[in-house]
Amino acid sequence: MSQIELVKISKIYQKKQAVLNEIDLTINEGEFFVLVGPSGSGKSTLLRMIAGLEEISEGILKMNGKIVNHIPPKDRNLSMVFQNYALYPHLSVEQNILFGLQAKKLKKQERQRRLYEAAEMMGLIELLERKPRELSGGQRQRVALARAIVSQSPLCLMDEPLSNLDAKLRANMRVEIRRLQKKLGMTMIYVTHDQVEAMTMGDRIMVLNDGKIQQVGKPITLYNEPANLFVASFIGSPKMNLGKAILSEDGKQLVVEGQLHLDISSIFGEELPTNRQLTIGIRAEHLLPGTIENINYLLEAVNVEQLGNETSIAFEVGAELWTARWSGQWFIKVGQKVPVQILPENLLFFDSETGNLIHSVSKGRMQEVLTTCV
Amino acid sequence: MRMTNSTTNNTSNTHLLEIEQVKKKIRMNNFYKGMLFLLPSIMLFSVFLFYPLFRTIYLSFFLTKASGDTTIFVGLENYVNMFASPLFLKSMKSTFLFVFYTVPTTILISLFLAVIANEKLKGIGFFRTIFSSTMGVSVAAASVLWLYLFNPTVGLFNQILDIFGFEAIGWLTDPKWALLSVSATTIWMNIGFTFLILLSGLQSIDSSLYESADIEGAGYFYKLRRITIPMLSPTLFFVITVTIINAFQSFGQIDILTQGGPVNETNLLVYSIYREAFVNYRFGSASAQAIVLFVLILFMTYLQFKLGERKVHYQ
Amino acid sequence: MTMSTSRKVIFYVILILSALLLAGPMILAFVLSLMTNQDILTGNIPTALTVDNYIRAFERSPLLSYLINSLLVSIVIMLGQLLLSSLAAYAFVFLEFKGRDILFYIFIATLMVPFEVSVIPNFHLIRDLGWIDSYAGLTIPFFATAFGTFLLRQNFKQIPKELREASQIAGIGDVKYYLTVVLPVAKSSLVTFGIYGFLSTWNMYLWPLLATTNDKVRTVQIGLKQLQTQEQVNEWGVIMAGAVIVIIPTLILLFFGQKKLQKGLTEGALK
Repeated sequence: MSQIELVKISKIYQKKQAVLNEIDLTINEGEFFVLVGPSGSGKSTLLRMIAGLEEISEGILKMNGKIVNHIPPKDRNLSMVFQNYALYPHLSVEQNILFGLQAKKLKKQERQRRLYEAAEMMGLIELLERKPRELSGGQRQRVALARAIVSQSPLCLMDEPLSNLDAKLRANMRVEIRRLQKKLGMTMIYVTHDQVEAMTMGDRIMVLNDGKIQQVGKPITLYNEPANLFVASFIGSPKMNLGKAILSEDGKQLVVEGQLHLDISSIFGEELPTNRQLTIGIRAEHLLPGTIENINYLLEAVNVEQLGNETSIAFEVGAELWTARWSGQWFIKVGQKVPVQILPENLLFFDSETGNLIHSVSKGRMQEVLTTCV
Repeated sequence: MRMTNSTTNNTSNTHLLEIEQVKKKIRMNNFYKGMLFLLPSIMLFSVFLFYPLFRTIYLSFFLTKASGDTTIFVGLENYVNMFASPLFLKSMKSTFLFVFYTVPTTILISLFLAVIANEKLKGIGFFRTIFSSTMGVSVAAASVLWLYLFNPTVGLFNQILDIFGFEAIGWLTDPKWALLSVSATTIWMNIGFTFLILLSGLQSIDSSLYESADIEGAGYFYKLRRITIPMLSPTLFFVITVTIINAFQSFGQIDILTQGGPVNETNLLVYSIYREAFVNYRFGSASAQAIVLFVLILFMTYLQFKLGERKVHYQ
Repeated sequence: MTMSTSRKVIFYVILILSALLLAGPMILAFVLSLMTNQDILTGNIPTALTVDNYIRAFERSPLLSYLINSLLVSIVIMLGQLLLSSLAAYAFVFLEFKGRDILFYIFIATLMVPFEVSVIPNFHLIRDLGWIDSYAGLTIPFFATAFGTFLLRQNFKQIPKELREASQIAGIGDVKYYLTVVLPVAKSSLVTFGIYGFLSTWNMYLWPLLATTNDKVRTVQIGLKQLQTQEQVNEWGVIMAGAVIVIIPTLILLFFGQKKLQKGLTEGALK
């Protein structure tokens, strides 16, 4: 079993700048946990501290309730997959997979059994004799994974393992890694800068920026209720549309980017502060096409992308560019004024100064599939 | 799942202390490990390089017995005598002349060879091998080869002079010619190494520079002057300093070709040290001369480090 | 870039002339070593080719034992240098410990002390150790080399640090990592430096001259000098045969290793 707890962990270089600032976090056993953030956010540093490759400046790291700050990497019972795969160039695939096992006192039979099991699982049986340079990027990635598998460590750390692969392969490997983790039941800590990877793979996600935790939660929570503007714009593709807004004194009218006037009287009570700089956010899928029954806003289309199954339209709203995603194929010309429907209940409100969330989208819009009886 | 904050706080202090101790231990272990890997080199450097260096400085203040033991402390007297000695001054003059004769010529010839060997022609590899071949010729072998060329009667040079009806020259015995002859041998010997380094420098110049010059219609010599030489300047600088340092250290060719003669015309610094120490057994004054060599080379290395980084054009 | 035919011809003429001039002394030595004394002394075109000079060179001096000595000394120094400098380079690249930077500066400092400066105390040291006329005296002082350390350091630095981290996680210690990963991965640079070390040791002159007094461990370079001073003035064929024998091993090594050497030397020197 492998449960990990971080208590006020900081990383400070040269007694000056904190790369990581008092990180508190608990990762559960068997969980697929994703650390996501832009480059330089400190996510790799955090992972390397958990691995024991980097010294912990302050705070306590616990594994299964025991403090491990001072335990060398080899005694932490974990495996790690690196961005460049860290394959030994002079060793064959087989030797690469077995290399780490040499240090463990295992019988030869057991080693061979594990080797074939892992190679089988990763589809490497045919490639065992090859050298890394004779493999494609995807195959190298599989060798790296196989190496993590044979160690049978309950905890696996991955540092941007897919970023050297092309888009198609990456999508495949996402599914494969995810399946593998569930099958072996290991705890996974996965670092990436790609929010799509984070959303699709993680049981839970931690968003990190500038060495500080922005939000920890389930992918869908991060999407629906981003704790602040950073998470709001980081998670989701296309990114959330944001705009400066002011609520009128009587709390009934919202003026967005000095252009849109929204009537919101009926929905929000006293929750929102009046006469104050707010930032509102709305997802692309909530900028709906205008219908006859509803109040429409005419927005000027500045760019139209036909994706086949849907159409992506960029509108100019004040100083911002907003994107809408409409299902199906829409014929819209650039420069055309397009009627758009904006429902107040789809808006998120942030404090412009602190960036923190004030009010998120009203709940309860998960749809359910019919449970079919066969 | 999660431990409450209060329990962590209670235990944290004692744990932190423990962690610090373990960290300290790890640091000590790392230190020992580092030393283990470096110790063989450090020990040998200490015994065969640093100790002898300081011993040389020490000896330079003493008179010594033939066994090398010090007898009388004489302070700076060895240095005073040395700079007053016409023999040493002549040696210094010869050394600098030798540097002046060998370094520019070696560089120019090697540069020329490197430029023509950098063309993409069939069989160029063969020429590159030939041009670098003198690097494999030892100083003893090179000196013996040239000893024949310089031989007054059967030597090639005098035979050629004879064919054209010129008088024979005492290449190694005529004070006018001896230093030049030794220089010629040295230049030949050094070409191999210098060529190899300069060729690498040329090969590392980005070919797109030449391609864009070609598009603009630049000529061969224009490209040579405006692209090749400026881009090669760091390599050139390195090669120049190394060649100068090598020239200061020349010994073998003197020992075989001239033994410092005629009339001490080729008594270069290292040969002078050798003679003073191992022929005359005056280790004190020999050490003083060695210190002069040390200072000269220190100065050159200093120049290489300092100027090498600033004034030279790096890519 | 394509070249016109006339341009190519000019280049080839220049190349061939330069090659002939540069290799001239060596070609000449080879030809002389096969000539009879008669022909050499009269300055004739050789009338007959003979290997007598080589036979005489081996008969008149212990050339064979000189060669073996040189081979032994060069190989021992080469191996010693490879071992010590790869260990030191490993420490500078992969280990982090207090005092590492200072030690690195000390290594740099050694570059400024030419061997000629410390040759007098070194001679006394070897003499007092009783190492005159011994392989130890000829080899051990040259095991530690800053140049080799820097050259290998440059190469080790190109090994991705993730390889070491992966080993650390797997519990592979430094000694094992050095032996099973670093040395095999950096094989090519070790070969380069090995060639360089062999070449420069084989060609060493001043130290073997001082540290040997008899034929027991004397190297071939000093042997060649002996041969030259012993021989009568008119025995040029024998001397040249000796010179050719001395040059051949290093030339062969150079022909095979020239590309590697060129790459390695520039890397070590310029970066």
